[in-house]
Amino acid sequence: MSAVLEVKDVKKTFGGITAVDGVSFDVREGEILGLIGPNGCGKSTLFNCILGQLTPSAGEVKVDGRLVTGLRPSDLNRLGVSRTFQLLQVFPRLSVRENLILAGQEHQGSMLGRLFGPSDAGLTKAANEMIGFFKLDHLAPEPAGGLSYGQQKLLDAAMAFMGGPRLVLLDEPAGGVNPTMLGDLKDRLIAMNREKGATFVVIEHNMEFVMSLCSRVMVMAEGKVLALGQPDEIRANPAVVEAYLGH
Amino acid sequence: MTAAAKYLRIALGVAAVLALILVPATFNRYGLYILSQWAVMSIAAMGLNLTLGYAGQVSLAQGAFVGIGAYAGAILTTQGFPLIAATAVAIVLCFAIGWLLGYPALRVQHHYLAFVTLAFSTLAFLVFRNESWLTGGIYGISNIPRPHVFGMATSKPLPFYYVCLGALAIVTAAVWWLIRSPWGRAFMALRENPVRALSLGVDTRRYTLMAFAIGSALGGVAGALYAPLTQYIDPVPFNLSLSLDLLMMVIVGGSGFFFGPFLGTMIAVLLPEWLRFTQGYYLMLYAIAVILLLIWSPSGILGILDRYLTQRRTRAASALRAVAKPKLEVAQ
Amino acid sequence: MSNLLDLLVAGLATGAIYAIVAVGFTLLWQTSQTINFAQGEFVMLPAFLMLAVMHAGAPFWLAIIIGILLSMLLLGLGFKMLLVDPMLRHGVLPLAIATMALAIGIKEAVKQFFSAEASPFPSIVPAGDLSIFGRVVSLQSLGVLVLAILAVVGLTALLNRTSLGHQMQAVAQNPTVARIIGIPVERMILLTFLINAFLVALASLLITPIYLAKFSSGEVLGQAAFIAAIVGGFNQVRGAIAGGLLIGVVDNLAAAYISTQYRAAVPMILLVVVILFRPQGLLGRPEERTV
Repeated sequence: MSAVLEVKDVKKTFGGITAVDGVSFDVREGEILGLIGPNGCGKSTLFNCILGQLTPSAGEVKVDGRLVTGLRPSDLNRLGVSRTFQLLQVFPRLSVRENLILAGQEHQGSMLGRLFGPSDAGLTKAANEMIGFFKLDHLAPEPAGGLSYGQQKLLDAAMAFMGGPRLVLLDEPAGGVNPTMLGDLKDRLIAMNREKGATFVVIEHNMEFVMSLCSRVMVMAEGKVLALGQPDEIRANPAVVEAYLGH
Repeated sequence: MTAAAKYLRIALGVAAVLALILVPATFNRYGLYILSQWAVMSIAAMGLNLTLGYAGQVSLAQGAFVGIGAYAGAILTTQGFPLIAATAVAIVLCFAIGWLLGYPALRVQHHYLAFVTLAFSTLAFLVFRNESWLTGGIYGISNIPRPHVFGMATSKPLPFYYVCLGALAIVTAAVWWLIRSPWGRAFMALRENPVRALSLGVDTRRYTLMAFAIGSALGGVAGALYAPLTQYIDPVPFNLSLSLDLLMMVIVGGSGFFFGPFLGTMIAVLLPEWLRFTQGYYLMLYAIAVILLLIWSPSGILGILDRYLTQRRTRAASALRAVAKPKLEVAQ
Repeated sequence: MSNLLDLLVAGLATGAIYAIVAVGFTLLWQTSQTINFAQGEFVMLPAFLMLAVMHAGAPFWLAIIIGILLSMLLLGLGFKMLLVDPMLRHGVLPLAIATMALAIGIKEAVKQFFSAEASPFPSIVPAGDLSIFGRVVSLQSLGVLVLAILAVVGLTALLNRTSLGHQMQAVAQNPTVARIIGIPVERMILLTFLINAFLVALASLLITPIYLAKFSSGEVLGQAAFIAAIVGGFNQVRGAIAGGLLIGVVDNLAAAYISTQYRAAVPMILLVVVILFRPQGLLGRPEERTV
């Protein structure tokens, strides 16, 4: 299997503090990679470095073999890498459908072409399918700000899939979502992976969620990769147990 | 929306348009002048509403763009160019300058951006006043001709009012279309959450610059019409107060609402006229009215309407549920 | 060279007045996110209040006291309770726009109730020239400079040396923490509004004899104060002081050496350069930006 994402020796320092300290890993086509680690271990900073929100102090990031370090998030997104944020990020005054159309519209044609093209950028059908897929049908015309927290999380994830991405990075998709909704979310993510062949990296604190969803798990501590392997191996790894329970 | 509400809306719209066309025929010279001013300022306020209301970028420079457009219009039409050509020049010029003014917005936001644009406003005023070789300095430019449309002279107040109204109609249609295009959606995304928009592939830099450029270009259109409306321009009307007034019009009407600028401008241009019987007190009363309105509803007049409609919808929905519940119980 | 010295003294004198106004401006911003677009009108109004009291027959010194008290009542307490308090929860922009409307209201009220014409205003510093080391300096410039410096020094002492001042600074920096450690936040905020009102009344007293009392004179003053506050540092009192002095001097030098027509442009360009390259101001701390 080929690697969709290759991360090599990525480092990020803020002043004197090293948040990410030489992290290397590959993400293979079609897998769901879990990324876990204690708070402040550099997971979100690593995401930000991969996606261009931050520029890494050292190291390189490749998508499909192409060097992307230093590209802006919007350029990366158009190359097929999308993400969600740790904190909820939808557009509250746009409707659910408009949120999804927006999430897809920048992926096709030129800016000028979009201006003179159809007002929905030809995406109403795709948006409705995504709404159906995430079971948000009855909410399509509602402003996203009026949805419940869990529904907004679903919408947030759905938006990340609109452009037909090669790779999706999800930052704590399950945070604050109630158990019923959590089951839904996991089903949808697995379905996305199986049916549409999407590749994921998922940051999550909910162990049960990660272990049942992911094909491989990477553990970070203090800015470094502590372990990388199958869920069972990770569970049995003494260094991981130490990092979570020790000290 | 129910079908009845939709028809009511269309009927209201048609009635408003007909009233704007027919009623002014009975107006005197001054009334027509005021109404033309309303149409012209509505265009400028729509531009600012695009920049501020939809794309979320504060600008205290819209008055300066009206000034640039007015001088472009005045200089070219007194040189014998047709108004339509002068308007095109005003659009291009204001678009380009607005684009450049957008660059600071890529670095700073909110009150800092407000002050950069405020500084630009003051600089533009100084250029209008000091570069007499171009602008006539404090003596201004007089005898600005009114255009011929389809071979008809519009130098009388009523025909020129129709020119302003026609321009307003064209701009309204264009902005309506723009707001509904993918660009409008991207502008709103920029306002609501620029970081998320960027991560969804929205080139926030280019859209920010575009929002400034297009909003400013509409200021230019308004200016190009303002010159033949007053037929005489000097730097005074284009000082910082005009930018502040336009900002107030947008906020009072309802920033981010399509019809906000029309209402806000109507209040700013017409209310002082209606309050004229209070003699010197009218601007004071206007200021107090604006403050009271903002205390009551910071999202302006249309904000009040919007809240009322939302409330009614929720109440209707809960009423429906209340009706549905006993039926269910009966069914059980 | 001698010309330069005169310009410096005159520049520092107006700059010191700008500094007083700018300090008030930053205090309001710090304690209650109020960008007061009416700050210039706040400076214009007290002179008229004092004139009104004098017309009623009071002597100048009494008019000054009553004028200052009236402005603390209207521009301090009244402004806070009637405009800022109800608007604050709506956010920075609507509040700023409400102050723009207030500026129009004050201007029009003065025009209506007093006069549209400029009125002379007595100076608290006697007219005349003073000879120092063989140089003739205007007594008025010097007096204004000395008084303004006293005010600034007094205010700095209040903020940095007294427990009251420390409490106010704590509120400005972090109201939540200030509340937790038991500082009466509400009272401190009210106090900053009263101090601002006092400062603008003082500035009014100092500047009006130079520029006359006119309803429209607030525009220029307000802008100078904005620029001073931003150039110096929006979140620092000493930044506003330095900014005020700098703008006063730059303004006077620009008028003499660059062009009288574009003198107003020079502070504006300085403002834009500072905002773009050092948005926290010359002496300010960077404001954290949340992603």
